[in-house]
Amino acid sequence: MEIKVVKQILEWNEDVSREVSETLKDHKVIMINVMGSPGAGRTSLIKRIINRLSGEYRIAVIEGDIAGTIDAKAIDEMGIPVVQLQTDGACHIEAMSVQNMLPMFDLDNIDVILVENIGNLVCPAEFNIGEDVRVSILSIPEGDDKVEKYPLMFTLTDAIILNKYDMLQYFDFDEMRVRRNAEDINPDAEIFAMSAKDGNLENDFIEWLKERINEKIRG
Amino acid sequence: MHELAITEGIMNAAVPAAESAGAKKILEIRLKIGELSGVLPEYIQYYFNIISKGTVAEGAKLVSQTIPVQIKCPDCGFEGPINRKKIRCPDCGGTHFKITAGREYFVDSLEVE
Repeated sequence: MEIKVVKQILEWNEDVSREVSETLKDHKVIMINVMGSPGAGRTSLIKRIINRLSGEYRIAVIEGDIAGTIDAKAIDEMGIPVVQLQTDGACHIEAMSVQNMLPMFDLDNIDVILVENIGNLVCPAEFNIGEDVRVSILSIPEGDDKVEKYPLMFTLTDAIILNKYDMLQYFDFDEMRVRRNAEDINPDAEIFAMSAKDGNLENDFIEWLKERINEKIRG
Repeated sequence: MHELAITEGIMNAAVPAAESAGAKKILEIRLKIGELSGVLPEYIQYYFNIISKGTVAEGAKLVSQTIPVQIKCPDCGFEGPINRKKIRCPDCGGTHFKITAGREYFVDSLEVE
């Protein structure tokens, strides 16, 4: 006998993700999900966003890590509200974890929540956490084949950051290969070159991000 | 690494459905898996064999069918499946489409006795 079921397998994550998104909408808060490999520069990117935008917007951070509080301490020292989310071994952040974190923030006095996802190019891409914007970092030393090898991470994202761009001269990294492959699987994604060593490079990304933030919090 | 959570999700969908239909045993669980979901059915069967022990689902075979990526193109009106390696409108080449299918994965039906 056949029984028709038609039930989403991780339905709860999608449901909770929608609830998080509703809560953020009510409070006019934008959430930005920062993803990338360990060492790609997620924490540095978050710090640079804070440096550039904390004068204009009220920023808070959720630091996802498997263990420890190293990154959260660094953000806290910048005077930014931060909550450390320890996944205790899990390879990604889920919407439920974010939902549990939100009451720790004064959402009426926050414009932007930056979420540092777990360092991983696979699992974080599969879980919506209620975010408005996804940013995927690919750093030059990781190699120019990553878009082909981890397509979901670069398909379901709004911006791809080529980080540590100053290292381009030291590696056999074919930037056009990355751009071609990104264009194939995600033609709408913006691609930005960035480097912690050259603040001018990040201007385009910061402008793009500001547009997205303004759309959400003033729209 | 989250295949276990997915497997639990399958159990949570399948077991109550089978029990409420008065089934003694689930023979087959039919899954539909989107091409963009990142779910690997072959790993799930392995976890499933472990966590289904002692339930009506013990011994059930997981059979999965792939859901291709589908889009709806507002520029030319195209609606349908596309090649996941070349994500754009196959008719007009447009890139402002909405992905309408291919991310989801769900339990579609069960074969029980």
